[in-house]
Amino acid sequence: MDSTASETAPILPPDLTDDSITERITGIVVKRKMGYGWIGGFAIAFALLMMFNYAIAVLFTYGVGIWGIQVPVAWGFAIVNFVWWVGIGHAGTFISAVLYLCHQEWRTSINRFTESMTLFAVACAGLFPILHLGRPWLFFYLMPYPNTMELWPQFRSPLVWDVFAVTTYAIVSVIFYFVGLLPDLATLRDRSPHRWQRIIYGILALGWRGAGRQWSRYKMAYLIMAGLATPLVVSVHSIVSLDFAVGIVPGWHTTIMPFYFVAAALESGFAMGLILIIPVRHFYGLKDIITGRHLANMAKLLLATSLVVGHGYFTDTFMSWYSADPYDKFITADKFTGSYAFGGWMLMILDVGVVQLIWIRAVRQSPIALFFIAILANVGLWLDHFILVVQSLHSDYLPSEWRMFYGTKWDWMTLFGSFGLFLTLFFVFIRIFPMVAMSEMRGLVHKKPGETKEAGA
Amino acid sequence: MSDDAKIYGLLAEFAGPDELVRGAREVSKAGYRRVETYTPFAVEGISDALHFRPFAVAVIFLVAALLSASAGYFMQYYASVISYPENIGGRPLNSWPSFVPITFEMGVLGGVLGGVLGMLLLNRLPRYSHPVANVERFRAASSDAFFLCVESSDPRFELDRTKAALRHSGAIQVTEVPLES
Repeated sequence: MDSTASETAPILPPDLTDDSITERITGIVVKRKMGYGWIGGFAIAFALLMMFNYAIAVLFTYGVGIWGIQVPVAWGFAIVNFVWWVGIGHAGTFISAVLYLCHQEWRTSINRFTESMTLFAVACAGLFPILHLGRPWLFFYLMPYPNTMELWPQFRSPLVWDVFAVTTYAIVSVIFYFVGLLPDLATLRDRSPHRWQRIIYGILALGWRGAGRQWSRYKMAYLIMAGLATPLVVSVHSIVSLDFAVGIVPGWHTTIMPFYFVAAALESGFAMGLILIIPVRHFYGLKDIITGRHLANMAKLLLATSLVVGHGYFTDTFMSWYSADPYDKFITADKFTGSYAFGGWMLMILDVGVVQLIWIRAVRQSPIALFFIAILANVGLWLDHFILVVQSLHSDYLPSEWRMFYGTKWDWMTLFGSFGLFLTLFFVFIRIFPMVAMSEMRGLVHKKPGETKEAGA
Repeated sequence: MSDDAKIYGLLAEFAGPDELVRGAREVSKAGYRRVETYTPFAVEGISDALHFRPFAVAVIFLVAALLSASAGYFMQYYASVISYPENIGGRPLNSWPSFVPITFEMGVLGGVLGGVLGMLLLNRLPRYSHPVANVERFRAASSDAFFLCVESSDPRFELDRTKAALRHSGAIQVTEVPLES
């Protein structure tokens, strides 16, 4: 086992200098030729994206009737996918903002990755509520705007809060990303071999010079943004959970929802982070910058959030029994014994059970093991949202209405198509922007050994 | 001093961040005020050496966030109480607890938009070009070089004396920055 695989590896290789980090990271963007691996991966992602477009075109032509949704299960895949994708976005902001405020220096190697992941996940998530609208061309009704009908959105509705939360989250994530990228764009401008590259990066860099006063204001702005993004990230998934918790459907109407949604969101985000980082660090030779220690730290965060999610399951089940509400008790028992029992058990095995393997040191140090655990955890979390949405709805107060939900091929094409959008954006990102925040890495390189906090133990 | 008018200032390169901070302190102690550093990352201690506090950025964030949050609350109040009041089971029209989430989101959104815009404008960005970029070596300032520039508009600026002072403060190379490339 080489030293970079170990959990106790230093967060930076000792021979890293300002110049070598710059050369390596900018080289991937401005010098490296497009390899067959990239082209092949991009082609698959792009094909999925085209399938997504096709499924959406059919949806817009024939309407939501092509999906499996029916009364009483009127919320189907679109809502499940929305909740799942928004959740994946959360870990990016958590790593960028919360770990920044906590001086967790290891985050510097991976925060650009996870911020990109956030942007693309939110892009996928943002589409689903619009697809779910029966009349998607009227989506702007969700926004308060002066109109001749003199109507307003219902500001007391969580669905409207959701619009504000997700829109704010998307805009703030883009700005946070761009501000973080600014000094690196200036580096790309100065290091690109071709004139057209210098022009494009020069425009994007806005004329950044790295002046002392600029840096000083920049750092202040970055710090405050991190401070604002921290409550924001908690608020977004809390508000998403209120879409459910405020409804009176048994299984939704509980106060554990915001807490448990945020934990599930972070878990799916850390898992997705591992899924993306492990192959990229392998194929782009970044194993000394994103070491086994970074992966192990991510894995520990995944483990911690999975325990919180498990605690959520426990509390939810307990409270349903303790409440003595017959409807709530019924729906909870149905989750483990009814028609959806397979999903109900499977989700716990995947997103809580399998993740416990991370307690074992050898698993934590094996990127391949972490990669597959992360995939299983994310499948489990998708199932979790599926069971939450569908199983709660399929047997509500009126037994004569009860009905099973089955996703149609269009449901599945839309779900897998959204991976196409996500991965296409990600493949483009690794070609045009530096994968690692170079300016922050340089700051770490120059820290004296005693100053570098031993993080993440 | 007609000679000094033709140049923007003197650009001194330092070996590393610590040397730069020391140099900046000395130059500042020597009484120069129109001094700026250029570094590939945020070097700690530079703000102190330049006697600079980014106070304005923090104030802009705060004011923008408060204004935006107030506007967000007012929008909901206006819609629910003035423009379209609807009595639902006798509940108060100004039902403030349900207005909290949007007020908060608007506050964050406005704070970030205003604060970042303020940061960029105070930094005089976006900007097409700057005299220091006329020095060929300056390109390295975004990768691995540490510069300090004493501008010729400084009242104490005298070409030869300033050059000597910069060398004395530890610069490894001092270049004149032409105003035009």
